[in-house]
Amino acid sequence: MATKVVMEALSPTMEEGRLVKWTKNEGDAVKSGEILAEVETDKAVMELVARGDGVLRKRLINEGDTAPVGQLIAIVAAADENIDELAAGAPAAAEAPPKAEGAQPAAAAPDEKVAPAEEGAPARSPADTDKAPPAEGDVPSKPPADRVADGRTSVPEDPSHSQGEASMPPQERDRRGAQRFATDARGAAAGSGRAESGDRVRSSPLARKLASDRGVELGSVQGSGPGGRIVKRDIEQAAAQPQRGAAAPGAQRAAVPVAERKISTEGDYQDIPLTQIRKIIARRLAESIGPVPTFYLTSELDVERVAEMREAMIELGDQYKVSFNDIVLKAVATALQQHPEVNAHWLGDKMRYFNRVHVGMAVAVDDGLITPVIFDADTKGLADISREARELAKRARDRKLKPEEYTGATFSVSNLGMFGIDHFTAIINPPEAGILAVGGVEERVVAVDGAPAIRKRMNVTMSCDHRVIDGATGAKFLQTLRRLIENPLMLVY
Amino acid sequence: MSIVTYRDALNQALREEIQRDDRVFLMGEEVGEYNGAYKVSRGLLDQFGPMRVVDTPIAELGFAGIGVGAAMVGLRPIIEFMTWNFALLALDQVVNSAAKMLYMSNGQFPMPMVFRGPNGAALQLSAQHSQAWESWLAHIPGLKVVTPATPYDAKGLLKSAIRDENPVVFLEGEMLYNTKGDVPEGEEILIPLGKAERKREGEHCSIIAHGKTVLIAIQVADALAKEGISIDVIDLRTVRPMDVEAIAESVKKTNRAVVVEEGWELCGVGAQVVDYIQRECFDFLDAPVLRVHQADVPMPYAKNLERAAKPDAQKLTAAVRKVLYLE
Repeated sequence: MATKVVMEALSPTMEEGRLVKWTKNEGDAVKSGEILAEVETDKAVMELVARGDGVLRKRLINEGDTAPVGQLIAIVAAADENIDELAAGAPAAAEAPPKAEGAQPAAAAPDEKVAPAEEGAPARSPADTDKAPPAEGDVPSKPPADRVADGRTSVPEDPSHSQGEASMPPQERDRRGAQRFATDARGAAAGSGRAESGDRVRSSPLARKLASDRGVELGSVQGSGPGGRIVKRDIEQAAAQPQRGAAAPGAQRAAVPVAERKISTEGDYQDIPLTQIRKIIARRLAESIGPVPTFYLTSELDVERVAEMREAMIELGDQYKVSFNDIVLKAVATALQQHPEVNAHWLGDKMRYFNRVHVGMAVAVDDGLITPVIFDADTKGLADISREARELAKRARDRKLKPEEYTGATFSVSNLGMFGIDHFTAIINPPEAGILAVGGVEERVVAVDGAPAIRKRMNVTMSCDHRVIDGATGAKFLQTLRRLIENPLMLVY
Repeated sequence: MSIVTYRDALNQALREEIQRDDRVFLMGEEVGEYNGAYKVSRGLLDQFGPMRVVDTPIAELGFAGIGVGAAMVGLRPIIEFMTWNFALLALDQVVNSAAKMLYMSNGQFPMPMVFRGPNGAALQLSAQHSQAWESWLAHIPGLKVVTPATPYDAKGLLKSAIRDENPVVFLEGEMLYNTKGDVPEGEEILIPLGKAERKREGEHCSIIAHGKTVLIAIQVADALAKEGISIDVIDLRTVRPMDVEAIAESVKKTNRAVVVEEGWELCGVGAQVVDYIQRECFDFLDAPVLRVHQADVPMPYAKNLERAAKPDAQKLTAAVRKVLYLE
């Protein structure tokens, strides 16, 4: 049976994707799970994976072309299977005006099978499909007159809704069968179950609930139900499968399925209802400076001991080499663990305090900024953090990060020290409540025990969302951070 | 173990209740001398005499009305309709008098009475004699509607119905009278009205049935079990009040459901079940709920057409497969 390959939503916000490269040619054998193409999403270049076995019979868009999520972009089928209708019908129905979409089956004689080519606009040749415009959005539901006209007032369009069909006389079943054929053809013509109604993902209520509970992105799941509907078994499979290509060497976390890694598990945080005073503070402060009422706390830290520790570690060999930033990340994670009131999100109607610490690490890439996350950073040693930070930064620059790797931070750190910046303020990444801006390490003359001395110093500035973090709260956090950084041995305790 | 027919189980219930309470009496066409059109009242006239087992003329509206009057003065009548198709002539008494008397009399007149008789299609009795009326009757506030599927249920539910203080519509399956089942001797069987029963335990799909279709559901569940598909069969037992909790519990477990009934589709009992399911179990549904019912036509006389119109195991199996996305 032919498998329709559609542009998948490979990241939470993706609406369309640019096909960077086909990794299979027409005629190549394809196995389920093999990479078919590379697709550029809003944030990264991701791999599009085959969902069925067969031969890549048709590529419907060219490299460099952009397609909306849900659009049919290729067909995988048996070598001798006839796929003409599938290929020809696809963009035609996408273009058909909504009225034709609804009215066509009604106009057809009840016991005549409606050929897909008759649906909506005339069929286009496969060659034309490259330039096909994106599929239209939701097709408006049939007007009442049409429903009466086709005599199916009580039978929804969805074939799986044909209630009580089993008990129908044969001729009635045949009639509905013909209509269903028309419906299916229209579904296929629009590309897939997903494209049938714009970018709406068809899923059962149970599947939606399970996906939400287990942190599975519905858009990334291929439905196995009628018309591509995502059902329970699809979610269970998706949740059980480790994410492909995630196993970076040494990064154990990366191999953990997304579902487990998501921070939305119960028990990982407590939601605190807003008190009246907190609501008024939030509103008033947001009126003053908004939408995130930010204030800044700066502290100059003595990093002499950090530097000594670093040097000592480097002397022990390359495998102990850590950067200042790694040590800052570790210190921030430890401080966050001690100050859960800072490890929080502002969610509009409540504040969410996390029980786990996931530190986002701002990384500059060529055309922007991305914040990969070191999950459970408070439970990881310096070596793990260092290795993970390096790996994430590299993959961020290569634009190879997966959505689950750059979402879910509870707090972030931004470091511009390597650019010679000694002090700056960072912008909070909502709904996080704070971010720490780290400047470069430099030698300064400071007073030590009443006498001038040259010490390595580093500025950190914390941007705080005042709706969540009050001045004293932020200051206490920085105090802890200072103690940790100035006494780095505490980090190994 | 004591295997008896559905017919005899009903007879036992009537005998025990007439014996137990001297306010209880049975009235209807041919219930006495002829021992009942379907022999449900066999031997009762001999045992209890003509004051307790009353033959009536062919006048449904009349004797149903006498039953209502008798209940008003403190008796506990059981009105037998030769079939529920004939009861249409008496529906004014059932719907307008019996169902509403308690309400309209401001609680002064309880209606401890039972209207009973065969319901639904038998074999080739054509359009006017092959109708399942439970959705009509369940629509009426004030009535309880009971649909026993097995001899055990028939006995236990009829005894409870006779003891109930409200008018109870008791729908027997004409095709069930000869079916057999275990009804323990010497045991007081009282099945509470309004409680469903799980007739088969399963995890893949729920079949919700009542009356005659329960047997079809069990047959389908047994057959599918051989393929490794396990079906939860819920017998509503009482259509009104309906055991929403039992339905929801089953569907929350299986995530899929098929509702089967003898009646027609539109406004059928199944429609109500589906409504409860979507209200109680929306987040647990993995597929649309399907219904299996009689074709939307008057029952044909011709044997082959009659078979095509009725719900059966084949149609129910097809619906289950569809709900499981196996087709």
